[in-house]
Amino acid sequence: MNTLLELKSVNYAYDHKIVLRDVNLKIRENDFLGIIGPNGGGKTTLLKIVVGLLKPMSGEIIARDGDNSRIGYLPQINQIDKKFPISVLDVVLSGLMSHKKLFGRYTLQNREKAEALMSRIGIEHLKNKNIGELSGGQLQRVFLCRAIVTDPHLLILDEPDTYVDQNFEGELYEILDQLNKQMAIIIVSHDVGTIFSHVKTIACVNKTLCYHDSNIISSEQLKAYNCPIDLITHGEVPHRVLKHHH
Amino acid sequence: MNAIFELFQYKFFLNAMGAALLASISCGIIGSYIVARRIVFISGGITHASFGGIGIAWFLGLNPILGAAVFGVFSALGIEWISKKTEVREDSVIGILWAFGMAVGIIFIYLTPGYAPNLMSFLFGNILTVGSLDLYLLTGLCAIIILVFSLLMRLILFVAFDEEYAKTQKVPMQFLNYFMISLVALTIVLNIRMVGIILVISFLTIPQTIANMFTQDFKKMIFGAIGFGFLGSFMGLLISYRINAPSGATIIFSFVILFVLAKIIQMSILAVKRSTRI
Ligand SMILES: Nc1ncnc2c1ncn2[C@@H]1O[C@H](COP(=O)(O)OP(=O)(O)O)[C@@H](O)[C@H]1O
Ligand SMILES: [Mg+2]
Repeated sequence: MNTLLELKSVNYAYDHKIVLRDVNLKIRENDFLGIIGPNGGGKTTLLKIVVGLLKPMSGEIIARDGDNSRIGYLPQINQIDKKFPISVLDVVLSGLMSHKKLFGRYTLQNREKAEALMSRIGIEHLKNKNIGELSGGQLQRVFLCRAIVTDPHLLILDEPDTYVDQNFEGELYEILDQLNKQMAIIIVSHDVGTIFSHVKTIACVNKTLCYHDSNIISSEQLKAYNCPIDLITHGEVPHRVLKHHH
Repeated sequence: MNAIFELFQYKFFLNAMGAALLASISCGIIGSYIVARRIVFISGGITHASFGGIGIAWFLGLNPILGAAVFGVFSALGIEWISKKTEVREDSVIGILWAFGMAVGIIFIYLTPGYAPNLMSFLFGNILTVGSLDLYLLTGLCAIIILVFSLLMRLILFVAFDEEYAKTQKVPMQFLNYFMISLVALTIVLNIRMVGIILVISFLTIPQTIANMFTQDFKKMIFGAIGFGFLGSFMGLLISYRINAPSGATIIFSFVILFVLAKIIQMSILAVKRSTRI
């Protein structure tokens, strides 16, 4: 299958503190990669390198589209100012920032596209609300719209299921399953049980990246990958996490 | 009432009214940006740093406002640059710059031989003595601000809201940030004549905060801030003239009165809404 993006022996450090070491990763069309790992393991850093916010210290990033213009990004939500005076529609439109002329206005098509997407995600009734009035789940939907309003080839989500109710979590993964027909997806999540039942492959990131070409993984394998994560288990201790039920 | 109408016959009063309007427009727009982006502390740092420029210009026999503008813009650019460096504690640097600017200003003013200027007018401002040059400069500034915001308001808003996301979108956000912080510095410096160094930050925040009580929309917030700014400065102007106190202080005093009134109105609106819902 066609490779969208490839990272070759990427290293990254924040002021001499090495966070990622010799990371190799290949993303192909229609991939659905779940990234897990401990807090501070370097997951967010890895995603920022992929979207081009951080330049690796060494190593190579090869993008099929030549650059990162066809990547949609949903950042970790705790970095956002929820009191900022901006409307939901404007946040979604900001996804199209680079698709209009610098001094130009948004066209009718831009607006229609944003609104069509918002009704697909189920937030069209919120469009004139200020982001401060939204719940965590609604806010995540808004940022999801902003990320995909450009029809990206690759969608990157950094913990979209934090501050979100169980209800939305289910819906989110349904939407992602739909989107995965049109684009590759990389998702970081702490909810190991839930992502494993939706993603196709898994990567464990803890300074190094260990790639696991399946969505079934055992505790022993996680240990071997240097990934200290508790698999949520119930009943008899299963060695394989299959579909997870709440 | 007649006394008020009589005031309009005087050139100094008309000048002051013009200055109040221009100050309300420039502070209304730029202040909304400052409040939204949460750079009030940075703006305070720029304000006080620019006093160093006033002192040096005075010492060299140049126009103090010109000195303040140069000093203000350079410290603004410096702060913006430093804020990109992760290893520096930005707020400490601003605190140092804040005090350093004031120190430099005071030293140079005292070093200047002969007549010492009225420090009070820089610290507290005097809108009743603004001259034509001040008005021309403020008019030019307002024209630039209005042009920039009518062309780029959305982009400015998006970059202020989520800088990191803007970076992934290939907008020239670095340039935009430097440009905007320079506009902030110029707005501060040109309004020092009106309300003074100590109080200019309130012109940039109180009317915005009042507007923000009634709207969450950035555009409406700007118009509201301009309106409240003008109303407050008109009230302050009359008080200043009446009791012969520095206009900066009387204007800010009026802002706070408006703020309290607005809070009462806002709370009664909420109370009415609540009682009709039950
Ligand atoms: N801007 C930064 N400056 C310095 N260190 C950072 C910065 N961002 C993250 N780190 C450090 O890098 C490590 C990896 O962080 P991060 O990528 O956010 O991990 P994760 O997303 O897996 O929790 C952590 O130890 C964190 O403290
Ligand atoms: Mg993270």
